[in-house]
Order: sequence, then C-alpha cells, then structure tokens
Amino acid sequence: MEQAQKLKETFGELLAEPTEFRGETSIKVLDAERIAEVCDFAKKELGFDYLIDVSSVDNLGEDPRFAVVYELYGMEHHAHLRLTTVVGEEKSELPTVSGIWRTADWHEREIYDMMGIRFRGHPDLRRILMWEGYPYFPLRKDFPLAGKPTDLPEVAFTKAAPLEGGPFVTSAGAKDRIAREPRGKTFEK
Amino acid sequence: MAEVHDIEFKDMPARFSAAASVAGVKPISPSSTPSPESEPDLEGEKMILNMGPSHPATHGVLRLILELDGEIITKAQPDIGFLHRGDEKIAENMTYTQFIPYTDRLDYLAPLANNVAYALAVEKLHGIDKQLPERCQYIRVICCELARISSHLLGLGAFAMDVGALTVFLHTFTEREKLYNLYESMTGARFTTSYTRIGGLSRDLPPGWVEQCRQFLKEVVVNIDESETFLTRNRIFVDRTRDIGVISKADAIDYALSGPNLRGSGVDFDLRKAHPYLVYDRLKFEVPIGSVGDCYDRYLVRMEEMRQSVRIVHQCLDQLPGGPVSIPDGKTVLPPKEKVLTSMEELIHQFILVTQGENAPAGEVYFGAENPKGELGFYINSKGGGVPHRMKIRSPSFVNLSILSHLLPGHMMSDTVSILGSLDFVMGECDR
Repeated sequence: MEQAQKLKETFGELLAEPTEFRGETSIKVLDAERIAEVCDFAKKELGFDYLIDVSSVDNLGEDPRFAVVYELYGMEHHAHLRLTTVVGEEKSELPTVSGIWRTADWHEREIYDMMGIRFRGHPDLRRILMWEGYPYFPLRKDFPLAGKPTDLPEVAFTKAAPLEGGPFVTSAGAKDRIAREPRGKTFEK
Repeated sequence: MAEVHDIEFKDMPARFSAAASVAGVKPISPSSTPSPESEPDLEGEKMILNMGPSHPATHGVLRLILELDGEIITKAQPDIGFLHRGDEKIAENMTYTQFIPYTDRLDYLAPLANNVAYALAVEKLHGIDKQLPERCQYIRVICCELARISSHLLGLGAFAMDVGALTVFLHTFTEREKLYNLYESMTGARFTTSYTRIGGLSRDLPPGWVEQCRQFLKEVVVNIDESETFLTRNRIFVDRTRDIGVISKADAIDYALSGPNLRGSGVDFDLRKAHPYLVYDRLKFEVPIGSVGDCYDRYLVRMEEMRQSVRIVHQCLDQLPGGPVSIPDGKTVLPPKEKVLTSMEELIHQFILVTQGENAPAGEVYFGAENPKGELGFYINSKGGGVPHRMKIRSPSFVNLSILSHLLPGHMMSDTVSILGSLDFVMGECDR
C-alpha cells in the first residue's frame, strides 16, 4: 500500500485510487499508453524488480473491452502490487513492458495469442501456444468453448519417412509385406 | 596401456586452438561472432537443427529450433504449445470445485501440490483461507512436500539419465513407486489425485497412513543418499553440469524464474518463507541456495530440498492434530456425504453447491504457492457467482522455459540436454 501511494503521488491523475482486496493492492492505470512509463518507474524507483505474471481479461459488453493485469513483486521489500489497465477493442494495442522485465516477452506473446491484444515494440510478437496462422483468439468470451473448425497447420515433414517402402514398413494403401516379399508367399493360408 | 588424458571441457578457446594447431589450420574463436566474408571456408554455413517435439531429453513435447555453427549453438528458439488444452478457457466454464481435477494435469508430476495451490487460491478469493482447520493445513503441507520429493526424484533421475547415468533414474523411480502407494491409500488415485476441496480435503487420512509415511521417509533418505553418491562426485556428471547453463542472479530475477532454478542462481527466495501459507511458519526448514547458478547448482539445490522436505513431513507427522479436515460451513464447503444422505439442510447445501457452485465475492486475487517446479500462481477474476470470470494460471515451467533463447546460445549442442534437464520443466504445465 505504501508503494502504491508513492506511485499515486508521482503520477497523480494517471492513476485511479489504489484499492485493497484480500490484502492485495491494485491500482488502475487510466491510460494504457503510459503503462510502460509507470512500470519503468515502479521497477527503478520502487524496487519492483520481479514481474510475476501478466494476464488479460475480456470484459465483453463493457467499454473498453479488455483489461491487462500486471502482477509486480519486489525481491527486496517482498511487496506485491497489481497494476491494471484497459484497452479498447478497436485499438487493442498498448506498449510492451518486455524492455523493462524480459520475462514479459512470453507473457505478452501469450496474451496476443489468446486475446488478440497487440504489444507495440515487442521484439517478437508471434503466436506462442496456438500455431502460426490460427485465425481466432480463443480466450475471448465470444469464442465458443467447443472451438471452431480451422485448417490444420502445415505438416512439418512431408517427405517419406526413411523406412517407408522398405521391408519393415507398410504404407497405407500400398502392398503389404506378404505381397511385397516373394518368399512370404510360401505360407499356406 | 594408452596414456590417460585429462580432458578439460571448460576451456573451449584453448581446445579449439589446440585442435587447430594439430590440423594445421588457423584457429577460430567460438565466442566471437562469425564473419562469413573474411573466412568463408572455416565458418561454413549455419545449420538449423530441429530438436523435438518428441525427443527424449525434452521431457514432453517441447520443440527447440537450434541454429548451429559447428557444434556451438548460435540461436535457440523454443516452440511450445503442443500440449495446449485450453485449461483457462475450461475454467471459465465450470464451477471452482469442478476445476480441481484439471489441476492434476498441470504439473502431472506433482498433482497434490497443484491441488493445494488451487484450493488455496480459491479460498483466498472467498476469504476463508484463515479458517481452515489445523488438521487440514498440516495434511496439505504433507501433500505439498511429498509432491516435492516425488517431483524432484523424477526430475533428478531424468536429468541424470539425460547426461548418461541411467542407474539413478531406475533408483529414484523405485522410491517414487512407494510414494504412489501412499498417494493411493490417501486419495484413492495414484496419479490424478484431486485430493483437495474448496475449504478442505476430500477425505481424512486412512488408518495406519502415518506409520506408512514414516516408514517411507526412513527409506527415502537412504535412497537420496545413494543417489547422491552416484552423482555429486561423479566425474562425468560434474563435467557435464558444472559451469554449464550459468544463470546470473540478475537474469534469474529479470526472467522471473522461480523455485529451484531461481535459488540455484543464489537468490534467497522461497514463498514458504517469504509469505508463509498453511502452517509453514511453524515448521523448521532451511532454504538451500546455489552460488554459481549452473546446472550443478540447480542439481544440488534439488537434492537438498528433498532432505528439507523429509524434515518438514517428519515435523508435520509429529504435530498432526486431530479434528475435522474441512471447514464446517455448508454454504461454501461440500458437506460430508453421510450428512447429505440423512439431513435435509445438508442435502440442500450440496444441491446448491454442485449445481451452482460456491458463491464467490466479486474481486480479483492472485495466489502463488511454492510448487516443486517453482511458483504456481492462480489469478482469479470473479464477478460473483460460482464460476470465475477469468482464471490465469501462472505456470512456473512456462516462465522458466522463457529463458532458453537467452541461455542456450554459446553452449555446445550436447549441453542443451544438461540445461533442459536442470531446468526441470513439465510441458503439461507450460502449455496448460
């Protein structure tokens, strides 16, 4: 709470009043464009050197639609602070914090993959859990639990396996081992 | 008899120049960035090697795309997601209790610890984590520590097997089998335990379990000591792990590593000490930390953690109080089955809880527990009602693996196996 107050004093109108729930302090950053600035200050001046997690929430029906949640932690003072910010659907973009904590790299990729929120300045913003070319963002509330049919990703290896066509492997639709091997025909059926 | 040479693995530039002088070519430096213009013949072209997704050393379906210059890795790109099942999406579509079996399948080498971490996160949201009966808290600590022993036994065995010591794997697996027997009598399942409930446990310990557990603890200490004699002073093991995959303290914090990987780098941070949950503040144990941050340190930390876990379980068994294992509050915790079948009020509670779920307050909480692999955290965003609005699982393996593209370049190809083994990850948890 002490650190949250310091943050509030520094950034003033940019931050909403800190709230407390179950012993945890959350602050809402009202302008998502300045999240990196706030995070940078929190790390350098307030000692939040450990970014536990970045997650995203889809509040479908609200405006702005998405929320991005940063769980900050300080290894020195052992204090936890949650920063939240909101992003609208038509923009769905905010600055990256991967330059501040490198751990944010994969978390932001995951958010892009699952929610479709882009992070400006991210070094390598690709899908991480789903495959490259997957057309949907599955954690959005309007994506059904059962999923939607899509094209499968391209198969990584399209050449024949080394043993295919050899004496020990039978390919689908091809002649079987008995038919290929003349000596096999000596067996009576 | 041929002369035995002492092979120095560490000093790579020296070995390169020695080999080059024998071959009569100009030495190249492995650390400097290759310049194809100046020496096209020596540098050759880079090779892309695809390691995984099903490679024995990747312990699951992790794919690494390695760019190699000779045998030196110049670039590494992990490719994950092969085991993605959408656990977070599933969690949004069911009640809190219904999700417990899914937590078994996160870190499937330590399901009990996942059950405990998840239950604690939901209890924190409900604000009932301080009301848990003593007995429940002690049994949960026992669960966590047995899971830690089990996970580290397998992790070390697999690590040793990857670097060429097969015996250790068979040795530690034998011990894990006894643990599974303990799980089975405690939870009814060997693997998918689903032991915790929101606000308690699914059942109490069976009669005689405490004695069985004490017997196991006696035996496992012997096994750990034997495994240690196999490895700690083993020349091959030491050569393949020491000074390999060094993670500096600053990097470990920057990449938010957790668990033994963080402590192996010399950061004295353990959630059981920093933010004691359950009854960890009443138990005596030490937190081992490494000094260099290499694969060998991470191995030593895990070895010592198992001993400390044995110590914790011993204390828990000594102090284990009697009493109920669940909070006696029918509004949030499932009532015992015999009451449901005989009493009207409990039947109504059971019906409401099973069909609608526990009515959680609106709000957001994050709870992280010190799991065998690191900090397993659950961020729960609730809008009220029995179903979470959003649940994010902060999985330690996911975060620990994110350092690979930074850590691997500069190492020999064969060191990949040591590094992966020492990071001790589980893809079920990484991909969720």
